Amino acid sequence: MENTKCDCGHNNPVGTVLCESCGKPLVEEMDNQKQTLDMRYEGAARRSQTRNRALIDKVWNFFSSVKVAVILILITLAVSILGTILPQEQYIPSARPEVYYPQQYGVVGEIYYKLGLSDLYSSWPFRLLIAMIGVSLVVCSLDRVLPLYRALKNQRVTKDPVFLTRQRIHAQQEMTEQEGIALMDRLAEGLSRKRYHVRREGSALLAEKGRFSRWGPYINHVGLIILLLGILLLRVPGFYLNEFVFVREGETKPVPRTPYYVKNEAASVVFYDPEELPPDMAESGQSVIKQYETKAVLFTKDPETGELEPVHRQTIRVNHPLQYQGVELFQSDFQTKLKGLDLAVRDKKTGKTIGSFTVDLENPKFREPYRLSGGVEVRILEYFPDFAMEENRPITLSEEPNRPAFVFEVKTPELKEPEKSWVIAGTNMDEVQKDNRYEMKLSKIQTVNQSGLIVRQQKGTPIIFSGAMIFVIGLVIGFYWQHRRVWIRWKEGILYLGAHTNKNWFGFRRELEQAAEGTDLRLVFPTSGRRENG
Amino acid sequence: MNTWMENLLLLTFVAYGLASVAFAVAVIGRKRKSGEDNHVRRWGRAGIVLSIIGAAIQVMFIISRFFIGGRSIASSMFEFTAFLAFAIVLAFILIYYLYRTPTLGAFVLPLAVILLAYASVFPKEVRPLIPALQSHWLHIHVTLAALGEGAFAVAFIAGLIYLIRVVGNQRNSTHARYLELTLVLVVMFVGYILVSFLFAGLGYEAAIQHPLNGETIQQEYSLPPLIGPAGGEVVKMDPFLGLERPLFEAPSWMKGEKAASKTNTVFWSIIAGLILYGLFRALARKRICECLHPMVKNLDPEMVDEIAYRAIAIGFPIFTLGGLVFASIWAHYAWGRFWGWDPKEVWALITWFFYTAYLHLRLNRGWLGLKSSWLAVGGFVILMFNLIAINLVFAGLHSYA
Repeated sequence: MENTKCDCGHNNPVGTVLCESCGKPLVEEMDNQKQTLDMRYEGAARRSQTRNRALIDKVWNFFSSVKVAVILILITLAVSILGTILPQEQYIPSARPEVYYPQQYGVVGEIYYKLGLSDLYSSWPFRLLIAMIGVSLVVCSLDRVLPLYRALKNQRVTKDPVFLTRQRIHAQQEMTEQEGIALMDRLAEGLSRKRYHVRREGSALLAEKGRFSRWGPYINHVGLIILLLGILLLRVPGFYLNEFVFVREGETKPVPRTPYYVKNEAASVVFYDPEELPPDMAESGQSVIKQYETKAVLFTKDPETGELEPVHRQTIRVNHPLQYQGVELFQSDFQTKLKGLDLAVRDKKTGKTIGSFTVDLENPKFREPYRLSGGVEVRILEYFPDFAMEENRPITLSEEPNRPAFVFEVKTPELKEPEKSWVIAGTNMDEVQKDNRYEMKLSKIQTVNQSGLIVRQQKGTPIIFSGAMIFVIGLVIGFYWQHRRVWIRWKEGILYLGAHTNKNWFGFRRELEQAAEGTDLRLVFPTSGRRENG
Repeated sequence: MNTWMENLLLLTFVAYGLASVAFAVAVIGRKRKSGEDNHVRRWGRAGIVLSIIGAAIQVMFIISRFFIGGRSIASSMFEFTAFLAFAIVLAFILIYYLYRTPTLGAFVLPLAVILLAYASVFPKEVRPLIPALQSHWLHIHVTLAALGEGAFAVAFIAGLIYLIRVVGNQRNSTHARYLELTLVLVVMFVGYILVSFLFAGLGYEAAIQHPLNGETIQQEYSLPPLIGPAGGEVVKMDPFLGLERPLFEAPSWMKGEKAASKTNTVFWSIIAGLILYGLFRALARKRICECLHPMVKNLDPEMVDEIAYRAIAIGFPIFTLGGLVFASIWAHYAWGRFWGWDPKEVWALITWFFYTAYLHLRLNRGWLGLKSSWLAVGGFVILMFNLIAINLVFAGLHSYA
């Protein structure tokens, strides 16, 4: 068992490096005795150094090591780089990564996909790394902050001369007690002017400032832990919603997985005015997109009557989402869709147009014919919204009217037998159907704009951002201030001075030189043994 | 860009250039009759005053561009790189008043000059912003991130000075060799800028057609194509030393849209850098770090080491706030998600991880001096990679140049 009782009579916990009371080094090899003291964590005992028996202690000790923390950070760094070599799956223009990667990037792509690097950041090994960093954050901070807090709270003014002379900045001068007290008075005044908090106790003095900056690292770690917990919350059902909905102009649609309905009153593209463009672009006459907009109304449904009641009205733009009661709608996509076809029926024999009708592509009439003047009837026999040929057979690729095609049946009093007639958007069918008496002419295409809206609900956001803000505040406290202390003690005909700062030694040195101006105190600033600590 | 703005930019460039000269004179021309201290103080003051004037002019430039132009501060490569130069000078001015070292200025200001020149390689016109870039959060995010990076750049210079001071005059040390290699990289960067200006001044143009993913596309070259795309066909090529077609073809696995012309640019930079370096070696008959060593040999290495740490300590909270926190707020408004693992986002995080590791190694593991200086240099290499390679190589949300 180590002897933890100091010469001054104070009983220290096992693992203490510098006596909690007088600061005298407790355990040391003989050849170190001239060196500057290691002031990290005030030489206090930490849990990780004192216990190593049970499994929990072993785990604790593993995660309490800053070395382990740095290694975890560096591994995460290296792994993160791997994920940027090729685009991640969410950014590839294909829904089938297993085909896309080998096709686009060859063998490299295949290996990349098979190793799971194409979806790295949501893979479990990556999450495990982040989780381990989180655990390390908690353990490292707890292991250090408690002893440090105790040590800084119970600071004694009177320190052992050994503690003072082995500080990096120190001084030692023979003088009488009266001279010593007089010098201390002057230094106390000089240091007070530099906003030091001065405490005195008999023939000893402690001047201190910026102690709060020592808490900076722990505050920022707490912020990070809150942030990580907030991210974890996103996984809890009900805390995070990520949906997508297309809404056409004039249409009202339920907002997925929310009690709301959204109506798209108008969707438009705004172009830059020519005056807003630089001269060369304005001259070329090209139109440059300035903004995408959706005039949206949000409704709730009355549970009894089933009627929709408007609750919120807002124009959604890129960078300006609709926000209502935690639900957010973002402008994410904009498309102009085919809505209807205006068709004219022409009699090739007389050359006259005998009538026209409109087919609503979303809702084509199948059951009953389109009735035109003069007893003409046109019936849809077949409809292919997204027409294509496959093995010489007409098929539709999707239900979206991207390339609508129809087979119509035309019935007129002049015809004995009804005529079959093909209409394929963008294709001239005259040659194929030259035997037909009647011709279907596409006279106008009706379009409608539709907005793609991202629906988000992120209840963890306030937690994540408070975490981030606490983190930044902690960083500022820790890095923009420093903890500086000066100890002075007169003992048995000698005045001892020791001074320590946790960082920025050159500023400290200047400050001390100014405070000691006019005295004959010779401060020693050795050129080695300096170190910062958080 | 109108002439008024053009002149402000030129004045900034001149002020930073003169500040570099003043600081260099303060450091090199020490042995004068007027007394060493006096000389250093006078020229050092001239240097810092010129730096402040330059920064003030650049503020005017940025403001006038913001209001006259497209209401953006740093949303094109030109704007961002120029702003980074400004951030570096700003961080330097702050550090100068903390440590009063003209030597630092003699190295930092030339870096600002180089970056400003690099910025001018990119198109300077104000371009209308696409919808996603029209956000106040964007400006806050980019400017703060750049201010943090400016401080990191000062740390890089301090790290470099420390290395030159401590190992610069060693003949056969690994450290000295790597230090020289780092300096050669800087020279290549300068070479790239010189070559770009040279051929832009000559109005050089070339275009090569080549197949890519079943389509024929055309790559424009502003430097003579020494490396062409695989299976390329010359559409147009201004004469250059009798060259009629590219000397080499880029390997076929380079699939990027502009892979070949980018590789060509890199190749040119290496050649120009090596020529510059060769000329230097032929004239000076010494390595660069040996030549620079006398400039810094009187510095206290501990102070330089502390400056590097201090600059990173100042930059880290700003970079975190600008590069990660505000960045994710902007990302949220623009795309509806705070974080999307876009390459540039990941690289910002990597940069952050790197400096986090630096701080822990220094504060907790006692990595001072050489190790710490190398890390400060490495961090800046990552930053430059992020600035140059990501924007030019990866197609992501941030590749606006």
